[in-house]
Amino acid sequence: MLRYLYAADLCRHPRLADTMFRDRAQQFAVRQGWDVTVDAKGWEQDAYDLMNPLYVIWDRPDGTHGGSMRFLPTTGPTMIADHFADLAPDAVLQSPAIWESTRFCLAPGAEGRIAAALMAGGGELMRQFGLTHFVGVFDARMVRIYRLIGAAPVVLGSMGEGRDRISAGLWAYDPDDRAAVLARAGITPAQSEAWFAQSFDAPAMHPVMVPVPA
Amino acid sequence: MLSQLETATALEHLQAVIVALRDFYAVDHIVYHWVSADGEQYGCGTYAPAWVQHYVDREYLRIDPVVIGCFQRFHPVDWKRLDWSSKAARAFQREAVSFGVGNQGYSIPIRGPAGQFALFTVSHNCADAEWAAFAEANQRDLILIAHYFNHKALTLAANRQPEPAKPLSPREIDALTYLAMGYGRGQVADMLDISEHTLRAYIESARFKLGAANTTHAVARALTEGLIVVGGAARAAPGDWPGRVPIAPVTAARG
Repeated sequence: MLRYLYAADLCRHPRLADTMFRDRAQQFAVRQGWDVTVDAKGWEQDAYDLMNPLYVIWDRPDGTHGGSMRFLPTTGPTMIADHFADLAPDAVLQSPAIWESTRFCLAPGAEGRIAAALMAGGGELMRQFGLTHFVGVFDARMVRIYRLIGAAPVVLGSMGEGRDRISAGLWAYDPDDRAAVLARAGITPAQSEAWFAQSFDAPAMHPVMVPVPA
Repeated sequence: MLSQLETATALEHLQAVIVALRDFYAVDHIVYHWVSADGEQYGCGTYAPAWVQHYVDREYLRIDPVVIGCFQRFHPVDWKRLDWSSKAARAFQREAVSFGVGNQGYSIPIRGPAGQFALFTVSHNCADAEWAAFAEANQRDLILIAHYFNHKALTLAANRQPEPAKPLSPREIDALTYLAMGYGRGQVADMLDISEHTLRAYIESARFKLGAANTTHAVARALTEGLIVVGGAARAAPGDWPGRVPIAPVTAARG
């Protein structure tokens, strides 16, 4: 299932958090060879994980991480503004309607539908929170994955060459994409909305009944 | 109404702006409230003064599910999604409603510099379906207004400044320059060889960076501050002057 969790709430899902940060170490430090920090616990974390970002996480039936991505509003500090301003100045977008998406990660051996499910989760955030765009950082290998799941970004700028090429890209919200991405993920719209509600709705609600003017 | 906000020169002016916003959206209330890391509070809005006083006297900041539910969050929150289950929260809501606060609400959390936390809230008394339709139709605009309002409040408050904005990017400068020259969005997108979706991101970002209420204000501000110069600043501006290779004129203007 998809979970939407702020960093502040990860402590309530210790197994999910532990496996997510380990899988990130596998993907970014080992497989992609990025210059990232892996701590003594085997977790890959950076400064942006400390800014209470919102994660979209695929939670497997055994409670472990299947894949994830991380979001921060572009009105605050972002990876692109801090690290890409010189190489891809056009990617330094700032708006309450644009969030930055980084650290798109898939667990080793993750099924293809998990990548699509994560994109569907991103689409759900856009739809529910009135966002117009995501701006994100990804490497050459992800370009193919995004294209396969029908969510190829517009590239705003790149640095490096070949396999080491890192790009900044833009995804625009398009309500017509929703059905296609959900279908690729094998998720019904109702299921997607239920997962969203499970993460964002309070556990119990007892609304006060008040007379409504006619 | 947003022009009123644009020209506000003192914090006191924001009260008139928020009343005008409330009337424009035809809702019961709009309220803006900030709390800074040092505990300083500032607010304006259309709640009954008696409720505001009561709220402060009772220190409801500590139990208000809206504040609790928006703190450590950056997504906008419909009050229906909040946790009203505790006895204290239910009593609080009953009291709020008795003071005229709506049974429905939509709150937008905003983070500013140095731990500033602000909430921009729209509240109304109506049935769920009506509220859902209102929120869906207006949430995007309300989010932009909320951030713009906060920017303005920080600009006007003594000893506070909004976070310095990032400089305009080359594409943002191009987009504003063409808009200043009077081209429509479709034409600008064509000239920059990008989609209108992408152009929208550049324009929205430029607007935010300039602290402008809308695109027209953003263009005006960019001109005033000398960030764009109409008649040649755009890298691919049509036109002709000595030493420049002419570019094919723009044709086929789209709606």
